[in-house]
Amino acid sequence: MNQTADVIIVGGGIHGCSTALYLALRGYKPLLIEKDYAGRHSSGVNAGGVRQLMRHVAEIPLSIRSMDIWDKIQDLVEDDCGFDSHGQVLVAENNDELAIMRERVDDLNLRGFTHEELIDAQELRRLVPAVAETCPGGVVSRRDGAANPAQTTTAFRRMAEKRGARIIEGVAVTDVKRAGRDWQVTAGDETYTAPILVNAAGAWAGKFAAMLGEPVPLEIVAPMLMITSRVPAFIKPVVILRGRKLSFKQFANGIVMIGGGYLGRAYPETNETDLDWTKLKDSARTVWELFPVMREATIVRAWAGIEAKMPDDIPVLGKSLKHEGLYHQFGFSLHGFQLGPGTGYTMAELIATGHTNISLDAFRPDRFTMHYQETRQ
Amino acid sequence: MFKRASQSEGHAVKLTVDGAPIVARQGDTVSAAMLAAGLGEPYRHTAVSGVARAPYCMMGVCFDCLVTIDGVGNRQGCLVPVQEGMVITRQKGKREIES
Amino acid sequence: MSFASKLRTAYDVIVIGAGPAGLAAASTSAEAGLTTLLLDENQAPGGQIYRAITFSPLKNSPVLGQDYEAGINLVSSCEKSGADYVAGCTVWSLDRERVVGISRDGEARLIKAERVIIATGALERPFPIPGWTLPGVMTIGAGQTLLKSSGLIPEGRMVLAGQGPLLWLYAAQVLRAGGTIEAICDTTPLKNYIDAAPYLPSFLLSKYWMKGLGLIREVKRKVKIINGITKLSAEGEGKVKRLVWQAGGRSGAIDADVVMLHQGVVPHVNLAMAAGVKHEWDNVQACFRPVLDESGNTNVHGIMIAGDGAGIGGAESAAERGRLAAIDSVSALHPDALSKVPARDNVRNALAKSMLGRKFLDLLYRPTKPFRIPQDDATIVCRCEEITAGEIRASVAIGATGPNQLKSYRRTGMGPCQGRLCGLTVTELLAYERGKTPDEIGYYRLRSPVKPISLAELASMPQDDVAIKAVVRG
Repeated sequence: MNQTADVIIVGGGIHGCSTALYLALRGYKPLLIEKDYAGRHSSGVNAGGVRQLMRHVAEIPLSIRSMDIWDKIQDLVEDDCGFDSHGQVLVAENNDELAIMRERVDDLNLRGFTHEELIDAQELRRLVPAVAETCPGGVVSRRDGAANPAQTTTAFRRMAEKRGARIIEGVAVTDVKRAGRDWQVTAGDETYTAPILVNAAGAWAGKFAAMLGEPVPLEIVAPMLMITSRVPAFIKPVVILRGRKLSFKQFANGIVMIGGGYLGRAYPETNETDLDWTKLKDSARTVWELFPVMREATIVRAWAGIEAKMPDDIPVLGKSLKHEGLYHQFGFSLHGFQLGPGTGYTMAELIATGHTNISLDAFRPDRFTMHYQETRQ
Repeated sequence: MFKRASQSEGHAVKLTVDGAPIVARQGDTVSAAMLAAGLGEPYRHTAVSGVARAPYCMMGVCFDCLVTIDGVGNRQGCLVPVQEGMVITRQKGKREIES
Repeated sequence: MSFASKLRTAYDVIVIGAGPAGLAAASTSAEAGLTTLLLDENQAPGGQIYRAITFSPLKNSPVLGQDYEAGINLVSSCEKSGADYVAGCTVWSLDRERVVGISRDGEARLIKAERVIIATGALERPFPIPGWTLPGVMTIGAGQTLLKSSGLIPEGRMVLAGQGPLLWLYAAQVLRAGGTIEAICDTTPLKNYIDAAPYLPSFLLSKYWMKGLGLIREVKRKVKIINGITKLSAEGEGKVKRLVWQAGGRSGAIDADVVMLHQGVVPHVNLAMAAGVKHEWDNVQACFRPVLDESGNTNVHGIMIAGDGAGIGGAESAAERGRLAAIDSVSALHPDALSKVPARDNVRNALAKSMLGRKFLDLLYRPTKPFRIPQDDATIVCRCEEITAGEIRASVAIGATGPNQLKSYRRTGMGPCQGRLCGLTVTELLAYERGKTPDEIGYYRLRSPVKPISLAELASMPQDDVAIKAVVRG
């Protein structure tokens, strides 16, 4: 049986659901097909960082656009998404690190971006009293914070459906092909047709991109997170230490989440991941050294989602360069959660009007091909 | 809540709970000793809502026996054998970390 | 001195759990000359059924019974076999590469094995009645632990509620130890007698019936029994004061200082599931059990399960299963040593004999739906996070389709017990509300650490460990 839609979106993470919502808000009737359930993978199990801090310069306009949406998220999806904003702080452990941060902040200012603020030791200690006395300062992005990733993704999914999107879960897309000016997508026993296709399939997007003749060097990874038992409140903003691969957040109920991008092993065919405890040991050591108050905390839970990254750590986002009516929205390289609301808005705008005010050139799908690299010399 | 059966035998072991001395028996776990000393009503208060709890399973799966032993918190008292001079502190709400 | 300094970085066989299955497996493996490590989180061997067998304060009395005494032979075989044994050791991780994470005395280590035999046994089925979280409400297993390890019996008024052989055993032991029991509220429904009847012949051939009958008679002589219980709730402020019951049209309330609950035991699945072992729903025993071959091999190469964790069968079956798993390991790793272990066929026969009569017991004592799926919305289901049945039902109504989605709606299963006390209830509740089977609903996705590990312990793991390097390379 053949079924039609205005747009077919493959993948129900935050990006797919966000695109579905914004298309529905523009009067489209999108169909989203998700092989498990919305937020099952990266989008539902990440650290929840709502972060503009420390982004690749090419991502900043998109991140700012997304942050504007986060500020009004309750109105958009009728759910507070567990979003709280106490800022995110990048801690410099020594003067060399601080010097590099100063350079960056100066550079951002020159480009017109003011969301990152250099702070001195006094302001650092005010924001993060628990940090070691020897830290000379850092960078703060005051608007930043964290949200509940599963709650957020589910909220987007629910609102998209409420606004007219059709969501199919538990069925995997197995085949995609051209049929005249349309796309024909096979999922389960059904075939769906639409003139527009969005590849928002997360760690599985590389497979689809290749199937569609537009392969990209996407790497599937399993970033690990740990959660501790409840401890008395001692830290409010999310804290990042770049040199040490550590991100640190304490929730209102007292539990602490420890991240930093240490990688386990992913098995995308079976939706499984394995933890690498030797790396988590290094993470624990870092926390132990930097936050003595955490030394007796217990790790009660650890996990790793299935995520995908690009070699330059920025996503593939925008029109296909090979096919009319095909769009890509994947490869968010361990930091796509905050961008979700903004990419959905952008994708819907691009599809509806043919253009968007943000430059997506850095995110082109062909940027790793020989052809692109030669012609761009 | 519990009393020793007359047929049972064992050496005495002295420890303190919240500063007060109790006498346990060799072979007791910390939780068993506390229950035998009448310290099960309540045994602790949860970190979620502060409601009163006491050990339920006594075999390390329910986590309702959490107690601080010699300064280390969130220990499953039903898995730790008593030792002479142990200092036990009951947990009320979010665990206090010794600085 | 570090406990780990006496251990190898890699073993032929690691056995997790020193109950009957683990003791038998470790003995058999070590007797065959395989390097063997037995790990257990309790201070002494025996697991649950043979708890405190080496030191019980009731050792020299008739209170605990002869079956209990049998455990001492398993312990002495294991001691003589030459297996390394670490008591008081938490096993917090096992992965598909057979790397085992252990901790003790503030230190943690990773140790590798060619074969891992999980013998973590069973735990009490959750018994979610209103008030089951009140101080003074415990499991019968807890009662047995207190009795065996510490010679403790309930003080004041005690009521037992539920069904199953363990209930009668404990009642008899308490009475022998000089305790009193106000009443036993038996939840076994009439229907169960009818369902179990076809299996009566094999039950009569087994040794259970005489022992069981003897225990029941011993207890009925002294204790009031209320049969056909259909509803229970524990009431009290800050601690239990009474147990309120209904049995069809009759009802009543019994003042109580201690209420002990029991409705059978179920496999303790946490370590196995976290290691990736596939499980399936067993509708007779109303629980998830691992998918195993005859020797206990799972879908994960080199990981095996023996004992009640493989499927509830009791202490003797557990020991035989432990032997089978060890024999299979010897066969795979060191086949010339097979002459040093019992013949597989003999062990299989012993296992079959020990399972005689189990089907009857399984059906007779199968807990009923109202006690597996709480009707009263105010009943707490997830004890750790204090989530009620009503809150779970409300989440289903707004779109939570499975236990893992439910985690993010409600935090059920996110507490330290990792679903040990709510997992089955949640799965069955969701299955019931959504009109699906428990297999379709599934179970919490479990991961290591299956027991908490302190930051200090994790940070204490050595940087350069031969076993770790081997794993990282592979």
